[in-house]
Amino acid sequence: SLETLLALLTQDARRENSPNMEDVIGRMQDEKNGIPIRTVKSFLSKIPSVFSGCHFVLGLLKTPLFVPLVEALHLGTLMAAHGYFFPISDHVLTLKDDGTFYRFQTPYFWPSNCWEPENTDYAVYLCKRTMQNKARLELADYEAESLARLQRAFARKWEFIFMQAEAQAKVDKKRDKIERKILDSQERAFWDVHRPVPGCVNTTEVDIKKSSRMKNPHKTRKSVYGLQNDIRSHSPTHTPAPETKQPTEEELREQIKFWQAQLDRHRLKMSKVAESLLSYTEQYSDYDPFLSTPDPSNPWISDDTTLWEMEASKEPGQTRVRRWGFGIDEVLKDPVGREQFLKFLESEFSSENLRFWLAVQELKRRPIREVPTRVQEIWEEFLAPGAPSAINVDSKSYDKTTQNVKDPGRYAFEDAQEHIYKLMKSDSYSRFIRSSAYQELLQAKKKVKHLKQFDVSHKNCNIVKYYYNLK
Amino acid sequence: RDACAEPHQLSKGETIHTLKTESETLKAKLEEERAKLHDVELHQVAEKIEALGQFVMKTRRTLKGHGNKVLCMDWCRDKRRIVSSSQDGKVIVWDAYTTNKEHAVTMPCTWVMACAYAPSGCAVACGGLDNKCSVYPLSLDKNENLAAKKKSVAMHTNYLSSCSFTNSDMQILTSSGDGTCALWDVESGQLLQSFHGHSADVLSLNLAPSETGNTFVSGGCDKKANVWDMRSGQNVQSFETHESDINCVKYYPSGDAFATGSDDATCRLYDLRADREVAIYSKESIIFGASSVDFSLSGRLLFAGYNDYTINVWDVLKGTRVAILFGHENRVSTVRVSPDGTAFCSGSWDSTLRIWA
Repeated sequence: SLETLLALLTQDARRENSPNMEDVIGRMQDEKNGIPIRTVKSFLSKIPSVFSGCHFVLGLLKTPLFVPLVEALHLGTLMAAHGYFFPISDHVLTLKDDGTFYRFQTPYFWPSNCWEPENTDYAVYLCKRTMQNKARLELADYEAESLARLQRAFARKWEFIFMQAEAQAKVDKKRDKIERKILDSQERAFWDVHRPVPGCVNTTEVDIKKSSRMKNPHKTRKSVYGLQNDIRSHSPTHTPAPETKQPTEEELREQIKFWQAQLDRHRLKMSKVAESLLSYTEQYSDYDPFLSTPDPSNPWISDDTTLWEMEASKEPGQTRVRRWGFGIDEVLKDPVGREQFLKFLESEFSSENLRFWLAVQELKRRPIREVPTRVQEIWEEFLAPGAPSAINVDSKSYDKTTQNVKDPGRYAFEDAQEHIYKLMKSDSYSRFIRSSAYQELLQAKKKVKHLKQFDVSHKNCNIVKYYYNLK
Repeated sequence: RDACAEPHQLSKGETIHTLKTESETLKAKLEEERAKLHDVELHQVAEKIEALGQFVMKTRRTLKGHGNKVLCMDWCRDKRRIVSSSQDGKVIVWDAYTTNKEHAVTMPCTWVMACAYAPSGCAVACGGLDNKCSVYPLSLDKNENLAAKKKSVAMHTNYLSSCSFTNSDMQILTSSGDGTCALWDVESGQLLQSFHGHSADVLSLNLAPSETGNTFVSGGCDKKANVWDMRSGQNVQSFETHESDINCVKYYPSGDAFATGSDDATCRLYDLRADREVAIYSKESIIFGASSVDFSLSGRLLFAGYNDYTINVWDVLKGTRVAILFGHENRVSTVRVSPDGTAFCSGSWDSTLRIWA
């Protein structure tokens, strides 16, 4: 039933070769509810066991959730490309929504068996094909080229390969004519998946990060035609995975501590969190080029870089200035915002907090080698007794910082910086937003000038260096 | 309950068993506590906002030049340049706007799975099967051999899956198939902090977009997404609801939540304040894994690349899919939105990169 089909399809796809595709195929092949499979009469012969492409598509569309048609076609083509069914008259594995005939692949050859056939197998197969008289089984150009290459590569083994091919051909000849047609086509389709037509996607390629961890890590080493396999080297990314180690006592105690700490966490109700996510998105939707067309245009669409030139300029537009009002982080993120904020604070003779904050941010960006010196410099400038740009921190943070400076690391000023940030957020920042300087920028008309493109990141460095007065 | 109370009377096996039980009990209790505050679904609250209109998203640029699968890419802060890396060992820097290649480096290994642009725009970092992360300063002189100035920074004991500069050219954060993440000083190559907690390969990491924060999130083959404190190396929050490998993690722009893409064919949203999974982005017709995700600037849209060669665009709040983008001819391996949100770039096993807007 459709409900069962849907349920099957929502099962997790744990492996790269999705079992869900196999479930879809299983349903399609179902005698009662599957798609019509029949034998078609053609000229003097019969084409056994085929279905039309359009019936397969219809089968996929039967579940109402597969619309639009383009998705059904895409999924169907993927299933063909992975080797679950194939067009009987083409090496190229796609699904067409018409009367083209397809045949199901035998489960023996399904990708979930983790086949990794060797070139020796392919050589036997191509060799066998040349022994057959049927015109329709003639090698395609790319197959002939492959055969020639393999003959050169396996020159010493060729007699053996030839013998195998002969043996296989003999076995094939003994089969019933109809059975043979089907098996030949399935075998060919198997090779179309593992040795695709040049230009077609090889769906057997795996992500190297996953290859050694797949369900069958050693892949199917059995030969398609019973040949001895070459020794396969191990996966280059992993040694054979050991059994998942049992956790040690130490690890378990750590885990317990972790869970206890998590249980102590303060959590927000989903309703609150949802409102917060909604309002953030709402606030920024004007700034999201996928939701609101940028002014004057999106450079990628209009081939006009004015938007970028404007953003690189020192004269900030209204929308940019408005964004600074969303929160202190917006001002601190934007180099022009920082500049304006600093300018304002200097006019009030209270810029030491921001300069300290910027200095500590910069400290964390330096190479580790420079850290001890920088820590000293920042201490001297902002926190030491008699510091020229003395900042006010709570005594707890001050004591901690005093200790940290003795053994200076990148996070020596973390507590002090956090305190100063909170101070700026509640005090300096709100004053800035209410200031006439800011309000004027907000009201100011945008000057539309054709501006030279500036290197914004370079400007960042200069501004920061200038403002905290350190060497 | 202190399992240590009678160390002499319990055998080692029994102690382990007791601890295990205690750990599992606490874990179950945590799930209970998390569920208690789940008074409503995100998409229900989102019913009151307007649905998004029809989108016209097209490929605006196609970057051809890699000879094999594109595995990773990153944007420069100048909003137009990108760096990309490939299975054949090539790392290319492009001006995506003009589609011109500006620099190219051939790594000594294949499968360069990670690459990143430095904040200054003056260097790129990359690595993969060589188990390292190396930094290449970008010379203005096009003729200069970049490989000569290469600087080896990170050393892992398995493949490098992801790398990212912090807010500075001087630190790099890495994740590896060896199950760890690490923070490195670029100049000296010194390990500043390591992060242990994943029980299998770590496939992806992302730094929190905060001016003040020191956290990042990682995801891996143990199906866990972990949030870390960069300063202490501690795992501060952990989420385990995916049914298969997590291939990609990305913060929501406010930093209060993050999204994941997984081999279980779903993407999910986790909120740090609610301390739980708050949305699943999935469809019956999507049965291939999601390899890479990124948010639009406002966080309303989630762009996700899949192993079925498509890109699905999700309405993050309503949980519905708003567009499906065809175009790539093989798996989509990486998706990243540009720094100003005007476009996103996708890289694919079909060896091309596409810019969409």
